[in-house]
Amino acid sequence: MATTKRPRNRMFRNINAKIAAIPMVLTTLVVFVGGTIWTVVYSFTNSKLLPKLKFVGFDQYERLWSNSRWLISIENLALFGVFSLIFTISVGFLLAVLMDQKIRFEDTFRTIMLYPFALSFVVTGLVWQWILNPSFGIQSIVRSLGWESFTFNPLENPNLVMYGLLIAGLWQGTGFVMCLLLAGLRGIDEDIWKATRVDGIPTWKTYVIVIIPMMRPVFITTLVLVAAGIIKLYDLVVAQTSGGPGNASQVPAMYVYDYMFQAQNLGQGFAASTMMLLSVLIVLIPWAYLEFGGKKHG
Amino acid sequence: MAEAVHPRGTKPRRRLSGRNIMLYGTLLVFSLYYILPLWVMVMTSLKGMPEVRLGNIFAPPVEITFEPWVKAWAEACTGLNCDGLSRGFWNSVRILIPSVILSIIVASVNGYALVNWRFKGSDVFFTILIFGSFIPYQVMLYPIVILLREMGLYGTLWGLVVVHTIFGMPILTLLFRNYFSSIPEELFKAARVDGAGFWGIYFRIMLPMSLPIFVVALILQVTGIWNDFLFGVVYTKPDLYPMTVQLNNIVNSVQGVKEYNVNMAATLLTGLVPLIIYFVSGKLFVRGIAAGAVKG
Amino acid sequence: MSYSIQVKDLKLDFGAVSVLKTLNIDVAEGEFIVLLGPSGCGKSTLLNCLAGLLDITDGEIWIKGKNVTWAEPSERGIGMVFQSYALYPQMTVRGNLSFGLKNARMPKEEIDKRVARAAEILQIEPLLDRKPAALSGGQRQRVAIGRALVRDVDVFLFDEPLSNLDAKLRSELRVEIKRLHSRLNNTMVYVTHDQIEALTLADRIAVMRGGIIQQLAAPQEIYNRPANLFVAGFIGSPSMNFLHGATVDNGRAFQFGETKIDLSGYDGGAVLDRPRAILGLRPEHLLIQTEAEPGRTLPAVVEIDEPMGADSLVWLVAGGTQMSVRVPVERRLAPGTRVHLKVDISKASIFDTESEKRV
Repeated sequence: MATTKRPRNRMFRNINAKIAAIPMVLTTLVVFVGGTIWTVVYSFTNSKLLPKLKFVGFDQYERLWSNSRWLISIENLALFGVFSLIFTISVGFLLAVLMDQKIRFEDTFRTIMLYPFALSFVVTGLVWQWILNPSFGIQSIVRSLGWESFTFNPLENPNLVMYGLLIAGLWQGTGFVMCLLLAGLRGIDEDIWKATRVDGIPTWKTYVIVIIPMMRPVFITTLVLVAAGIIKLYDLVVAQTSGGPGNASQVPAMYVYDYMFQAQNLGQGFAASTMMLLSVLIVLIPWAYLEFGGKKHG
Repeated sequence: MAEAVHPRGTKPRRRLSGRNIMLYGTLLVFSLYYILPLWVMVMTSLKGMPEVRLGNIFAPPVEITFEPWVKAWAEACTGLNCDGLSRGFWNSVRILIPSVILSIIVASVNGYALVNWRFKGSDVFFTILIFGSFIPYQVMLYPIVILLREMGLYGTLWGLVVVHTIFGMPILTLLFRNYFSSIPEELFKAARVDGAGFWGIYFRIMLPMSLPIFVVALILQVTGIWNDFLFGVVYTKPDLYPMTVQLNNIVNSVQGVKEYNVNMAATLLTGLVPLIIYFVSGKLFVRGIAAGAVKG
Repeated sequence: MSYSIQVKDLKLDFGAVSVLKTLNIDVAEGEFIVLLGPSGCGKSTLLNCLAGLLDITDGEIWIKGKNVTWAEPSERGIGMVFQSYALYPQMTVRGNLSFGLKNARMPKEEIDKRVARAAEILQIEPLLDRKPAALSGGQRQRVAIGRALVRDVDVFLFDEPLSNLDAKLRSELRVEIKRLHSRLNNTMVYVTHDQIEALTLADRIAVMRGGIIQQLAAPQEIYNRPANLFVAGFIGSPSMNFLHGATVDNGRAFQFGETKIDLSGYDGGAVLDRPRAILGLRPEHLLIQTEAEPGRTLPAVVEIDEPMGADSLVWLVAGGTQMSVRVPVERRLAPGTRVHLKVDISKASIFDTESEKRV
């Protein structure tokens, strides 16, 4: 009686699929999980040039939080983050609403608003460095128009430099947010609009009381994507201000890089990057809970 | 009371209503903000230095010169060498091609396996992968240095290729997984009844049906890898620096007289590849970036 | 007797959920078996297990005397037709038909021969070089059947093959599948939720619910002698009328409110006295008349009538229970009319209320 061979072991079923998944398994386990744990563990050591497992407790963190450069970095990131979130989302939504009015040349407008997003942060930083250059850029032009006392030199003013970066960051990012929110608007059932028209509800009111609440998931996803991007902020600052003037536009990612690869103080770098991870978790965990945790119970 | 108009036929519509002026006016003002930097870049890069010093950065050049472009490409100095951006360009190309190919192959096979050949734990790996994409790169920078050093790839182009493949995996896998799960499962079942195996179904059934999503992935990766700065700095040596890093070194180099026209030409040159991709690909680009917002 | 398919104690669990519960089916060679049931009853799951597209938890599957429990789908000697046709969109019809044969490394002449034969049987020769997108729904389903045909196998599995088609095309293809079966005389296992398809096509029907086969029998048997309440209610449109009452007089009569119905001539086992029982009557097994016959009729009041073309459906209320009766279309009854329903007890079914089984 013919019996087909039984796979000896469940492990060997669909063996090709498992071989194909090896890169993913290695990436998740070794790099994402392993790498993160490694960094967190070594942040409690006094590693200098090379990683050494000599634990010093929270020393690195104490040193971190008493370092004025780190404190400035955190302050800058908070400022940049809050303003970026407010402006990218409000301006992005305004643009998305305007784009959703069945306008002509929609494709042209979208192309113009989104192209900065295709560019590197380095390119963005350098262009705005040039436009905001006090001797040649906007300041000099306004002065040459006769307004001699006009001052607009954010990149040379420690109090304004973050706003200079913000202008560039918004230039690059709002188009992207607009696209996401426009997709959200387009995802809303046409019948909702028909119903509010029949009911005689004004358009602006429909947006406020019907559309925005319906787009809550889209807003949250956008918020998380933008926030995760802000925490990684690095290239833009390096290119546009190199962290200057002085230390006025330092950000955490720069602190990490400098301590890890320049100052040969790995422990500090690890502690700082662990703090970055922590801040991401603060954003991510409530979101994951809202997004995935609620569904299981509901 | 005025005589009532008897409505009949097409409803009259006013072109220049207040609403339309507001609408298009706002859009035009914003468009100006977006388009201005590109304009400034192009104009500055076509002027000679004397004109840059005297003139208005928004004004078109009185005398068009391509000198800055030539200089940016072949002569600009980084502080280490003076052979222009061309070195960085070719480095970027050499990084880009294998990274794009490898990352797309790995991610598309991942996505396919996740949809059609689920094994125990496959969903767990996928979840870690997606959450992993939110971990700041800084946390994983040094462990990867160690891994690459162990593999003998640290400081080489191939090391950077591996890094791009790893960090491209979450978003691309999500992209492919979502696309493949939209293909009816019955097609996969039919192919199994027809005796096709894991690779047979991938190459003969899935791949030919998925060309658009491969193009989206291609756009996403070409722009993403081309624009990378951090990995380029960390994982390669100065003579292998990609174009973005070299651009930054040229423009922000403290030595010598600042040649703003050359700097802008260099900046434009670096932005040219993603810009061309963007303008050529149009809506596919939008689809690519929107993929990041699609929930898994 | 040689069996074409044997399912022995088949069990399937998805995690903690038991989807198929110890199924046993023997399918004779050349038999046309229909798996019928509401959605979620496990009928498609069972078919996928037969095809090898799902790994079973326990039990055995034998096809043509071979234990194929762990065999790959392509090694089982089956052909399968899917609901969404599942044609490979990038291949021509010819490519679709020959894909499986190419995977089996069959010589080209043999492939051409088989494709030509299948195309001739299904009358799709003019379509061979078209892509599926250029075909109509009916043509696509023919190609999907052709893909099973070229494999030259003894067992065909159909997974709701007609439910994506409109009503007219569905009845056309239904006839065609029946013709195909009588021509090829191979074993067919056919999943559907459409009882008309089941009743017209099947040699035997397996009615399923909750991963259990409720009844496996010939269509007439299922229609006339449903094994339990579920089968009785699921088969037939409109559904069987159920009267809740009791059997009395040593099982010789059914007590429904004030009315007593004589059970002599009942086609079933010992009725016995049951304090709670259900009398099931199909709409076509009731006759509307004006005069009462003790023990043979029950009084009812007409609610509404629905002319349906060929015949007419009358809805009535008898003892608080809504009932339907099929009558000739000429017979119109005004709402409120008091009538008597004559019961054909030889075609009725009695169910025990506790066990829900037919007695």
